[in-house]
Amino acid sequence: MSMFKQTFILVLASTSLLFGFTSLAQTQGAGLGTPVSESLLENFDQVVEPDGSGLPEGNGTALEGKLVYDEKCQVCHGAEGEGTSGNTRIVGGDINSSGNPIRTVGSFWPWASTIFDYVRRAMPTDAPKSLTDTEVYQVTAYVLYMNGIINQSTVLNSDSLAAIEMPNRDGFIDRSQVQ
Amino acid sequence: MSNPINSLEKVAGNGLINRRHLLGLGLGGAGLAITGSVMAADNALPFEIPSWSRQPGPGASGYGTRSSHTEYMQRLAGNPNPVYPGGGSSRSPLQYLQGTITPNSLHFERHHAGIPAIDPAGHKLVINGLVRQPLSFNYEDLLRYPMVSKIHFLECSGNSGSLFGANASDGTAQSLHGLVSCAEWTGIPLSTLLDEAGVLPEASWIAAVGADAASMGRSIPINKALDDVLLALYQNGEPVRPGQGYPMRLFVPGWEGNLNVKWLTQIKLTRGPSNFRDETSKYSDTMADRSSLQFTFPMGCKSLITSPSGQMALERRGLYQVTGIAWSGAGSIRRVEVSADGGQSWADALIESQQSDRALTRFRIPWQWQGGSTVLQSRATDDKGNVQPTRDALIATNGLINRYHYHGIQSWSVVDSGEVRNVYV
Ligand code: HEC
Repeated sequence: MSMFKQTFILVLASTSLLFGFTSLAQTQGAGLGTPVSESLLENFDQVVEPDGSGLPEGNGTALEGKLVYDEKCQVCHGAEGEGTSGNTRIVGGDINSSGNPIRTVGSFWPWASTIFDYVRRAMPTDAPKSLTDTEVYQVTAYVLYMNGIINQSTVLNSDSLAAIEMPNRDGFIDRSQVQ
Repeated sequence: MSNPINSLEKVAGNGLINRRHLLGLGLGGAGLAITGSVMAADNALPFEIPSWSRQPGPGASGYGTRSSHTEYMQRLAGNPNPVYPGGGSSRSPLQYLQGTITPNSLHFERHHAGIPAIDPAGHKLVINGLVRQPLSFNYEDLLRYPMVSKIHFLECSGNSGSLFGANASDGTAQSLHGLVSCAEWTGIPLSTLLDEAGVLPEASWIAAVGADAASMGRSIPINKALDDVLLALYQNGEPVRPGQGYPMRLFVPGWEGNLNVKWLTQIKLTRGPSNFRDETSKYSDTMADRSSLQFTFPMGCKSLITSPSGQMALERRGLYQVTGIAWSGAGSIRRVEVSADGGQSWADALIESQQSDRALTRFRIPWQWQGGSTVLQSRATDDKGNVQPTRDALIATNGLINRYHYHGIQSWSVVDSGEVRNVYV
């Protein structure tokens, strides 16, 4: 590791302190980060946000998604999404039922974008990231359909997915600034 | 000879003794060994030179191991679940640890898809989204940045969750509360790297994503990210271990463990929270009225007695050292009180702390057990005035649906036989 580089960084850090702002270091590219363009990150950046940003091209329906689900999901999540063990139930429940309500995608999740985001990055647990974007759209549609949120022929794409109103949408309260 | 224990100053019900006796003042010959009864000298054998003093042992080695006599100290891991490969947690053996730093090999773990085998030469940390210039950093270059070291606890927000259950389960300090640990974390202030990329004014959150098979993601408000969050590269002096995020993890002081994304590979600056699965479906707090509080980040003001604790047994009446740990996500621990009569009377414990801001703090107090049944408790207060609530008070505000952020007072019953059990009072 080069001693020179280390000194270089320290000097720049203290220079920006002297001037009382950090933008000097930024504009002069002081650090060791390599500039990259967002287009290079297209496959790498998988973050999907509630407003639909980050959703890729493509689309799918629940009719198509049933095939994906039966082949790649139902072994763990059950034929109807009823689950096979803890945490694998993804259909049904009622947030207002008495006792401890069953919380699933349908009864609990505030945003549809989270289904796409999570399934694409983490499912199936034994082969994560093995689905194509089209398959993720299709199976997301099927999970929504099983929960009675869309029809079997609704075409999910980046616009229609972001427009879905989840049943428990208003059930969440952001406490991030109330610490 | 008069029993020196009788001269110890009692400060609360059922045998709690002034903590100043721990400072070597006025304990006389009693000593604070785990019991005060004097062993009869009659059946003592003459002292011999032990066998290990008669032959040389192995020499120095490249990597240390612990004594074979301490191998009982193990993390407690759940059973593997075939539908959830690599998922699950392991808990620190709190009842066997002393001081405040958790050895790296015993630090608790929580994985969502197992531990990735990362070659640091192929690992990238990308900062993108609402920045002037998206950047990619490699490991070798990150090691060249100025670093800081901080001692902080890390606690899973699901820690102690079973205490919300209707019946007090017969557990140990480890099985009930072992999802908390404390270490010295060394790394780069995240603000250094964010400044280098140039945070745009409209960026108000970051999304942090790991390189594990679950690509676990969490959102953190930008004000916290620019405040005291670290890109941690070292833990207790050595590179962060694979189970803790090698080659790098996020460290978010005082806030729930799940935010401290391991194997960190991406920071994306965003307008709002990304609403990942692990901040909607999980790690959100559903209240009795069925509303769900989201982004409830700081961990509560909390303590527990680690010795004596669940499933231990006091062997005989006499003088004991009651000790435990306290911590708060809001600041440092100011006070720990201990009760030996189920909360009727309290005495201040001695607090040992070098650096206690959002770190584990060790407390101790002498206690004379006269036999009979009793309940031991501890109650922490932090420097912001937060006081650890009773279990009942916590449930009154939290309800019984949410299982995160349990920080109620722990009650250990001691029965006449000396057995210690988890109880609700
Ligand atoms: C090998 C078993 C397995 C397979 C196959 C599998 N999953 Fe999962 N899934 C799980 C487990 C286990 C969890 C819970 C993970 C956790 O808690 O971290 C889960 C969680 C989920 C969740 C979130 C549930 C919640 O309420 O938080 C969704 C949605 C989901 N899976 C969808 C799918 C889809 C769609 C497929 C098919 C493409 C699939 N899964 C295939 C095991 C599996």
